[in-house]
Amino acid sequence: MKVIVTVIGTDKVGIIAAVTAALAKEDVNILDVSQTIMQGAFTMMLLAQLPATSDFAAFKAAMAQTGSEIGVTIQVARQEIFTAMHQL
Amino acid sequence: MDTNQIKETIEMISEENLDIRTITMGISLLDCIGENTAATAAAITRKITTKAAHLVEVANAIESEYGIPIVNKRISVTPVALLAGQDPHPDFVLLAKTLDEAAKAVGVDLIGGFSALVENGCTQADLALMHAIPEALASTERVCSSVNVGSTRAGLNMDAVALMGQVVKEVAAIKPENAMKLVVFANAVEDNPFMAGAFWGVSEGDCAVNTGVSGPGVVQRALAQHPDAPFQEICEVIKQTAFKVARMGQFVGQQAAERLGVPFNIVDLSLAPTPAEGDSVAQILETLGLSHVGTPGTTAALALLNDAVKKGGIMACERVGGLSGAFIPVSEDANMIQAAAAGQINLEKLEAMTAVCSVGLDMIAIPGATPATTIAGMIADEAAIGMINNKTTAVRVIPVPGKTVGESIEFGGLFGRAPIMAVNDGDASVLIGRGGRIPAPLHSFKN
Repeated sequence: MKVIVTVIGTDKVGIIAAVTAALAKEDVNILDVSQTIMQGAFTMMLLAQLPATSDFAAFKAAMAQTGSEIGVTIQVARQEIFTAMHQL
Repeated sequence: MDTNQIKETIEMISEENLDIRTITMGISLLDCIGENTAATAAAITRKITTKAAHLVEVANAIESEYGIPIVNKRISVTPVALLAGQDPHPDFVLLAKTLDEAAKAVGVDLIGGFSALVENGCTQADLALMHAIPEALASTERVCSSVNVGSTRAGLNMDAVALMGQVVKEVAAIKPENAMKLVVFANAVEDNPFMAGAFWGVSEGDCAVNTGVSGPGVVQRALAQHPDAPFQEICEVIKQTAFKVARMGQFVGQQAAERLGVPFNIVDLSLAPTPAEGDSVAQILETLGLSHVGTPGTTAALALLNDAVKKGGIMACERVGGLSGAFIPVSEDANMIQAAAAGQINLEKLEAMTAVCSVGLDMIAIPGATPATTIAGMIADEAAIGMINNKTTAVRVIPVPGKTVGESIEFGGLFGRAPIMAVNDGDASVLIGRGGRIPAPLHSFKN
């Protein structure tokens, strides 16, 4: 399953390190990364591949937990919804 | 990975209230008709609790995985008046309670289809069901009722119109909130996923999934970025936005149907407001350049909006159906509530607006002293607009006992607050008392 992980919050040292460490712990492979500062907010999007055995709900909760630990918002959604909205 | 598209989708959901307003499973109950009401009721329970056993679970899983809120999970069923079978004294209140219990058992918010289709005439069962509506709505929590009294092809059944005027009064006299669960239609559609008017028509299949999208906030935000644009550009913005909103309905519906193992039927392309800030259809009209909804120009703005939403949405979906238009319920739309409370919009303007959008006089509180014949007159007027214009129209008014203009009624949650609106104090009793039918218009003879 491919998912889009979005990380939004106030920029500070160590966000990418913490997020990628959390993904590695969940055995999630990162396929693509984009990171920028939008209107002062740290904004990162990752396209990632979940292992077939992964429990989506647990993964989502783990990422949300990581987000709250480092003071950013981390959302996870399956990738198909983003292509479905914009493409025929 | 297109980050702009991802960002846009996330913003639509988190900041602009984009959601799937409903996943509605249509279930045919024709094969549940038994020798008597009790046997029919038992078969209904079995069928609904089997077919819809996983509906809520699947909807919740989709919501979690894709991050798009699915606000309501609902069921629509075959019009219950058709389920009387051979029973000479069908107990429709029992069937309403059966639907209510089945809805609770599978965890859906509402179940629609306590309905009769009487545009051509009433059977004994139709009449019995219509008379049972007040008790049925009073003794259930999740059951919604609708009656179709007219159509372009059949004309208007004025006996049914007169009766429904009384029924609306009786329903509200027991508890005004119950009137929110009753809709009187002309040209009702068989695949509508929105409540309170949803039922599953007899020409539909055994079981299928329908979705209803929403997203007035998304359209309003997009339009706000073009304050000086001419109409053709405005239409383009609405179409592009409606396309994206409708794609969500198509995607979620397909996912749900696949997981539930039933066909995916239609996407209803409606702009359905809620009283939440920034989720208002009236605000879209105001963004187009009106000081407040109800101002001259409101009907034209609504016509443009309604048409552009359809044009944008139709391309996005495999199959479009239901009501598919902008809803203008008074109590469910913050800016509409404000305009009604300030006396800036009246019933007559709302009636004019219903000629160019779906659906009708919707969620409007009126004085409790309004005579049944006046309510029947309102139903007749709306039905006439629907009949002549080949469109669905409806009346869902709430005569609030003991209250009058200047007061309001609180419904809470998604249903909002309704200021009591003034009704013309003329007398329609002679017109309504004539009985019989208003014939179908000339343009219905198309063959």
